[in-house]
Amino acid sequence: MRRGVLESITVVIAGVVAFPLFWMVLSAFKPEDEVISADPRPWTLRPSLDSFTRALTVQSFGRYFVNSVVVALIVVALSLLISFLAATALTRFRFRSRTTLLIMLLVVQMVPVEALTVPLFFLMRSVGDAVPWFGLNHLGSLVLVHLAFSLPFAIWMLRGFVAAVPVELEEAATLDGASRFRFLWQVLFPLVAPGLVATSVLSFIHAWNDFLFAKTFIISAAENQTLPLALQVFVKPDQNDWGAIMAGSTLMTIPVLVFFVLVQRNLVSGLAGAVKG
Amino acid sequence: MRNQGRVAYGYLTPALLVLGGLLAYPIYQLVLISLFDYGQEQVSGGAPLTFLGLGNYRTLLGQQQFWTVLGQTVGFAAVCVVGSLLVGTALAILCTRVRTWARMVLFLAALGAWSTPAVAGSTIWLFLFDANFGFVNEVLGTTGFSWTFDKWTAFGLVAAQVIWCSFPFVMVTLYAGIKAIPTEVLEAAALDGASTARTAVSVTLPLLKPLLIVVTIQSIIWDFKVFTQIYVMTNGGGIAGRNLVLNVYAYQQAFAASEYGLGAAIGVVMTAVLLAITVFYLRALKRQGEVL
Repeated sequence: MRRGVLESITVVIAGVVAFPLFWMVLSAFKPEDEVISADPRPWTLRPSLDSFTRALTVQSFGRYFVNSVVVALIVVALSLLISFLAATALTRFRFRSRTTLLIMLLVVQMVPVEALTVPLFFLMRSVGDAVPWFGLNHLGSLVLVHLAFSLPFAIWMLRGFVAAVPVELEEAATLDGASRFRFLWQVLFPLVAPGLVATSVLSFIHAWNDFLFAKTFIISAAENQTLPLALQVFVKPDQNDWGAIMAGSTLMTIPVLVFFVLVQRNLVSGLAGAVKG
Repeated sequence: MRNQGRVAYGYLTPALLVLGGLLAYPIYQLVLISLFDYGQEQVSGGAPLTFLGLGNYRTLLGQQQFWTVLGQTVGFAAVCVVGSLLVGTALAILCTRVRTWARMVLFLAALGAWSTPAVAGSTIWLFLFDANFGFVNEVLGTTGFSWTFDKWTAFGLVAAQVIWCSFPFVMVTLYAGIKAIPTEVLEAAALDGASTARTAVSVTLPLLKPLLIVVTIQSIIWDFKVFTQIYVMTNGGGIAGRNLVLNVYAYQQAFAASEYGLGAAIGVVMTAVLLAITVFYLRALKRQGEVL
């Protein structure tokens, strides 16, 4: 009986927590007159894809979606390679300044990256003079900063996964005549795959969600905007196309939601690992 | 051993290059810029750079607005931290009292809130609380009431959104922590005649304390530097900047007012505050037995 009451409370709370998401998806599928009605109802009898069509065609969300995907995927691929190598170095080798590097990795995660917009803005401006693709108004600048911001946590998290692979395996591989390079890519890399998945998802989400740097760096090249910025641009006082905005939000949220659900086990154990050691 | 070091640094080179160039160097630049009078003329090369020393900081500390914004930042972060800790802890405890299916339902909902991108989340909440078309006003019968117009309802709305997307981390972590407490310990307490309340206060709480500290400090770090929600929901810091927090203030000073030096100085102040919190964080980790 008491447990029944507690369980009902739990379900009600879950409903409240999920409600904004439900409302987002519902509004995206409502016909326009129902979205901007002074009398909103929590259901619709006439679901339509009009809002999605408007978002993708009139407001070219498709273009921004592709931009966001490109940035996020390049960041994931690069941070995977770089953090795998770095994590291996930090767990498999004993060398001077190893502990110092580890502490710095932790401290660097606490630096508010938002504070770095000013110097990074000028850095990207100079970089752009030399290599335009990595400068302001280009997606390359976003790739660079998100790579830098996601690396410390990625290395920190992968460390645990690399450390879990027994050293004997490396000895065995060496005895069998495998080169260091071969061991690294054909033995170790596949073995830490679960860790790589969890880390990639975090890097992906980080790059995908970014609003501030997209806003700071992509100033005048509308064709190089990413989703978060595009979404904000469409929010104008008094004349919001809420249906299209909700459709855009849905498109933006779903990839993250899918990834999150896929890796939540890895994520929780990974976070616990990062917290508990 | 020497060879090992060389290979290790070989592996580390790409990471060190990226982190050095795009993290360490900008931090150094941030401090440097904050010491100069760096405005639009200096950027375009129309005026020479003047070294101000601590001038920007003096300007900042002499500004009434800076202190207001600092106070608002601390207050806002405090409300968000306390809110997400209370909600997260209460729900973590609730999770231990119900069967798996109910827990899974709540976890799924929380996961959804957790994973919603900040911009999308802010926009959804804005729409839910929209003056004319929002569902909340419809339910409350207050159609036409603007939640973002008044300073305090605007702050409250943003805080609610931040709590919505940050309590899941607290809930999931603390739930894992409670589950990790060996049942023998709780049984022993029960055998010794401790009441449920007594067990909670004298057994569970002390065992959870290290984890609580970590979760609290992590939340402080996150909520202290909220940017997107404030920027999106109050349209860049509210009417006449009355909903500004430090992060948004720094951004506005630098990129709207072209006072890059002043913006950088605010960034340095913020970094200093957060690094101080980090030191406590490292201590907390150490007490927990974390080995590097």
